Amino acid sequence: MDGVHDMGGMDGFGKVEPEPNEPVFHHRWEGRVLAMSRALGFLRAWTIDTSRYAIELFSPSVYLSSSYYEKWFLRNVRLLVERGLIDEEEVAAGRALRPGKNLSRGLFTLADVEQVTRRGSYGRPPPAPARFKVGDRVRTKNIHPTTHTRLPRYARGRMGVVERLHGAHVFPDSVTIGKGEDPQWLYTVRFDAQELWGADADPKLKVSIEAFEPYLEHA
Amino acid sequence: MAAHDYDDNETSHLSEMELRVRAIETILVEKGYIESAALDRIVELYETKIGPHIGAQVIAKAWSDPSFRQSLLEDASKAIGTLAQVGRVGDHMVAVENTPQVHNMVVCTLCSCYPTDVLGLPPAWYKSFAYRSRTVKEPRTVLAHFGVTLPPETEIRVWDSTAETRYLVVPMRPAETEGWSEAQLANLITRDCMIGAGLPKNPSEVA
Repeated sequence: MDGVHDMGGMDGFGKVEPEPNEPVFHHRWEGRVLAMSRALGFLRAWTIDTSRYAIELFSPSVYLSSSYYEKWFLRNVRLLVERGLIDEEEVAAGRALRPGKNLSRGLFTLADVEQVTRRGSYGRPPPAPARFKVGDRVRTKNIHPTTHTRLPRYARGRMGVVERLHGAHVFPDSVTIGKGEDPQWLYTVRFDAQELWGADADPKLKVSIEAFEPYLEHA
Repeated sequence: MAAHDYDDNETSHLSEMELRVRAIETILVEKGYIESAALDRIVELYETKIGPHIGAQVIAKAWSDPSFRQSLLEDASKAIGTLAQVGRVGDHMVAVENTPQVHNMVVCTLCSCYPTDVLGLPPAWYKSFAYRSRTVKEPRTVLAHFGVTLPPETEIRVWDSTAETRYLVVPMRPAETEGWSEAQLANLITRDCMIGAGLPKNPSEVA
C-alpha cells in the first residue's frame, strides 16, 4: 500500500539525532512490549509480515504521532482482539474474563526464550529456477497494490542491475493477504542514484533494495 | 552493559502507557499464553547480553584472520556460527565490506529491519523518520549528522533492507593497529560503524 510508512526519499523529517549513551529501552514498558511481541511471534499468533502490515494500516496521523514501541503495542492489541485471543471487554477490564484459546505451541515459558532471541528463517525451497542472474539489467514494475508490499515507492519503474541472489523466501505480499507463503526468489537490485532521484542526484551514490522476483521484469 | 534504571520505577506515578501495557500483560498471563518470567528474561538478554559487542567480535576476527574474512563475505550467517564466543545466529546475514573506494550504509526505509542478532536492538535514530527517509537520497548529509565526512570521490553504497536479509558493514581496519589482539581491535568497533553511519574509533582513543 502507498502508505506513510514508505518513507524513502521523503523530505521534512529534520536532522538525524544520535543519542549518546542511549539506553536499550527508554521506559520499562517498552521492554515489556518488545518481549510480548517476541512471545506472540513464538506462539504463532501471527507472522512477521502480518505484524508489519498491521502497523502500515494505522492512519497516517497515528503512525506519525506514535513512538516506535507505542505502534508495536497498538498493533499487538489490535491483532490479539482480531484473532480472538483476547477481547475488547477484557482490554477495558484489564484482566482475563474468559479462559484462553488453546494454542498449538501452548504457553510461552523461560525455556522458549532462547529461540525468540535469534531470528527465524524465511528461506524456502525455490518453486522454479530463478528468472534472473547476477549482472542482468532489470526494471522494477510500476505497481501500487493496496495491500502489503516490500517494493518501496522510490524504486518502482526503475532500471537496475541484479547484484546478488538470496534463494527463495516467503513472499510478504502473498502471506499477508491469506494466500500462503508462495515462496519467491529474492534478489539484491542496485540502482544508480540518478535513476532514482534525477540528474541532480549524487553521481557517486548507489542504492539497492531486496526485490522479490514478481517485482521485476527484464529491461 | 548495565541494566538501565527507569524513572518509571522510582516514582509512584505510573505513566498511562505503563498501565496499559501492564494490563495487556496481565490478560495474556491469566489466559495462559505467556509467563511473565519469560518476558523478564527477554528484556534482561537485550539489556545485558545481546548487543553490538557481538558484532565487534565478528569484525575484529575478520580484520585479524583473512580466511574468516573471506568466509564472512561469502556466507555471514555460516561464518559467524563458527565463532565459539558468538554461536549460531539467524539466517540470511550478509556482510558488506568498506574499501578506500566504497562506503556501505544500511537502512530500512519501510520499517526498521536491523541485524539484531549481532548488534542488539536498533537505536532510536535508526528507527527515526529522518534516517529512514533521507539515507537513500542524501546519505552524505546523514553522515554529516554523525560528524562523518567522506571524500567526494568515495562511492556511497546504501543497502535498503526491504526483505529478511540483514546487513552488517565491515569497516576498514584503522592504520597503526598492527599486532593488536582481537580484543584490542574490538574496542575500536562501534555500533554505528557496523551500520555504516560511523567510522571505527581512532587507535589513539583506546590505546
